[in-house]
Amino acid sequence: MNQKIHDVLTQNNSDRTRLIDMLWDIQRRDGYISDDIVKLLAEALNMSSLDIDETVSFYHFYRTKPFGKHPIYLCDSAIGRMNGYQEVRAALEGETSGVFGSVSQDAQFGLDETSCIGLSDQEPAMMLDDVVFTRLTPAKVRTIIDQLKSGQSPEEIANPQNHASSSLKYVESMVDTGIQNQGPVMFKAGRDYRAILQACLEQRPDEIINEVKSSSIRGRGGAGFMTGLKWQLGREAEGAEKYIICNADEGEPGTFKDRVLLTQSPKDVLLGMIMGGFAIESHVGILYMRAEYAYIKDYLQRQIQDFRDAGLLGKDILGSGFDFDIRIQMGAGAYICGDETALIESCEGKRGTPRVKPPYPIQQGYLGMPTIINNVETYACISRIIEKGGQWFSSLGTEASSGTRLLSVSGDCARPGVYEIEWGVTLNDVLKMVGATKPMAVQISGPSGECVSVAKDGDRQICYGDLSCNGSFMIFDQSRNLLDIVKQFMDFFVEESCGICTPCRAGGVDMRTKIERVIDGRACQQDLDECVSWGALMRATSRCGLGTTAAKPILTTLDKFPELYAEKLNKTEHLLLPSFNLEEAIGEYDNAYKVLVEEARK
Amino acid sequence: MSVSITLDGQEITTEEGATLIDVAADNGVYIPSLCYMRGKPCLGTCRVCSVKVNGNVMASCTVKVADGMAVEVSEPEVADMRKALVEINFTEGNHNCPSCEKSGRCELQAVGYEVEMVTSRFPYRFPVRGRDHASKHLFLERDRCIFCQRCVEFIRDKDSGQKIFSINGRGSHAQIEIDVDLADKMTPEQVTEAAEMCPVGCIIEKDLGYNDAIGKRKFDVKTLRQRALEGEES
Repeated sequence: MNQKIHDVLTQNNSDRTRLIDMLWDIQRRDGYISDDIVKLLAEALNMSSLDIDETVSFYHFYRTKPFGKHPIYLCDSAIGRMNGYQEVRAALEGETSGVFGSVSQDAQFGLDETSCIGLSDQEPAMMLDDVVFTRLTPAKVRTIIDQLKSGQSPEEIANPQNHASSSLKYVESMVDTGIQNQGPVMFKAGRDYRAILQACLEQRPDEIINEVKSSSIRGRGGAGFMTGLKWQLGREAEGAEKYIICNADEGEPGTFKDRVLLTQSPKDVLLGMIMGGFAIESHVGILYMRAEYAYIKDYLQRQIQDFRDAGLLGKDILGSGFDFDIRIQMGAGAYICGDETALIESCEGKRGTPRVKPPYPIQQGYLGMPTIINNVETYACISRIIEKGGQWFSSLGTEASSGTRLLSVSGDCARPGVYEIEWGVTLNDVLKMVGATKPMAVQISGPSGECVSVAKDGDRQICYGDLSCNGSFMIFDQSRNLLDIVKQFMDFFVEESCGICTPCRAGGVDMRTKIERVIDGRACQQDLDECVSWGALMRATSRCGLGTTAAKPILTTLDKFPELYAEKLNKTEHLLLPSFNLEEAIGEYDNAYKVLVEEARK
Repeated sequence: MSVSITLDGQEITTEEGATLIDVAADNGVYIPSLCYMRGKPCLGTCRVCSVKVNGNVMASCTVKVADGMAVEVSEPEVADMRKALVEINFTEGNHNCPSCEKSGRCELQAVGYEVEMVTSRFPYRFPVRGRDHASKHLFLERDRCIFCQRCVEFIRDKDSGQKIFSINGRGSHAQIEIDVDLADKMTPEQVTEAAEMCPVGCIIEKDLGYNDAIGKRKFDVKTLRQRALEGEES
């Protein structure tokens, strides 16, 4: 075996389903993944090189060329753009003498952009591989770049007190906690995990499932499937092994509550996973975490180890005879991996392409075995439900939406951060709580959700059946240009579409062209009608949730703020089509004249 | 187990778990598709076979029939969605039938006729994705690829099972690639299989093109619809 890949293969048992890990190992060592390494890996794993390239090229954070000593990923999000992103971007280019999308001439800095990195409460923010910097200003950028130039590492700059990477202090040296209120369910200090788990393991698995059912909890990822039913199906499913997966690929722009849960209450989440394993008789848990949260990984690994050391994970947990362990699977930069079947594909070392359903994960999931996937927040809730009882949980919230919900609040308000609310509170309640003084619109559930008008929808309830919310809550006040935000969201979906199905891959691009046309003042009523019709096509025919929701930034703003579109329409009587861009069409004239006439004269 | 479903209002009896697009064909109802191949695993990529099942739009290649399903194929709204999906395939790539080697043997062209497409409602993009002539027997005309994944999934190296075709990048940046070393090992039969499997003129067999006169080409002789209704395995 070639020495260059020997260690990487050994650490991963030459298991091709661990390709994501191998690629990370290589990139951490070499800075990028070279063609030579891909060839060697392909040979060792009996794959064609292009098959490995399929995976490498799918994920945003894998680099196939050197990208400077310090690769910098600046978060480009709607919230960032409201908080000085442009100035920070310019400062980064100025200080590094680099240009975004390339490596600086001295090969010290690579500059790139990335979608929301789960720090909307403290943007602008950027990643330097495993280290993040928040609340950036041009002055702060200058300081950081100077320090990097003087030879300090990103870790040393972000963590000057040199806390161990497995400590909470390390994480908090980079990122603010973000908890803004104290609710009944989450973030309880001093929980006796051993006693809670002991009590759980003394019951029968079906009793645990009944408890979950009686809580009426719905999955917190956004789709709102009844978790108790999912677990029952998982228990009934037959397989040589079963898997419990925690979806910590928190990629929806504007949401960061899972980041806060994983840093402030990681053991709640782990405990919920163990309970799930016990309930469905699984022995393996996988926590799939987005690459953007790499700075939490060592800390989380430490939490898992704490549980192992205390006998709460591993063989014969608390003497019950039940075996269960958890591993962390890192992602590599793909929003689509938040889709449960795409996430499974990624866990298996492949492109994060959503699978054709059926079969559902509950039937054939990870490695073809029955698999339960729940959101980080769902597992944390479960740990409390098993402790306090399903009835207690279902007494919170509304009848159709039991319990509480963590909201990631960002944008135009006095106190962005994470709030625990009981389902059923109104939009206005939340806006008041977070100190939003002049709100115009709220983007509920991120770009894939809906944009609501505060004037029209202020009394609506946050709950299933009305405004169901996956946790993302972005506030835009009257000074914001909503159409520009819509355009950014469409850019996001075009960038993140996996491309496997036609309506999402091709439709997203055409929809984005429409909003650009509106913004440029080149749209007519027909363009808006086509937005509605093409959006319906994408919604009805796309393969997964990304495609079915990708038109919503346009459709929901068109519904709530039709006047913003109407005033941009081109209503002039003209011989040219409204969409015809005269300036663009003749824009090359000067250049062409220069080339064809002036140069020819010389 | 025998189950009964309705297909455009007509009650039919079939086997539970059979694939809807096949069941429809066996009962004389043609549903167009660009990725599905009878007898092979469902790919579910082109979505052109969308129909309404109990009122919900679903790709019929992904649906396993169950008792009592009400399936609508000719319902105008979903019929127009199928047409729109065919149209968007035409504008996303470059499909100039009169000059294409695949004309008359091309499923996209044939399906275009089936859905009575005249022009595309979507803007033409005229992409430039580049060709790949490097392999001995095949070349890739990437501007015509519709990302159906047939070649990626069904054409593999006989010895190792490795992928010969693959997709690089994602979303609208994706493009099809060919492993030249493996491609050069393909048998003549496999080369022909790959070229014929491609539903458009993306994978083209070298030294072959315009061999059949208009009127005698594959789909002139027998249409795609006829082939599908006869249960022909692709």
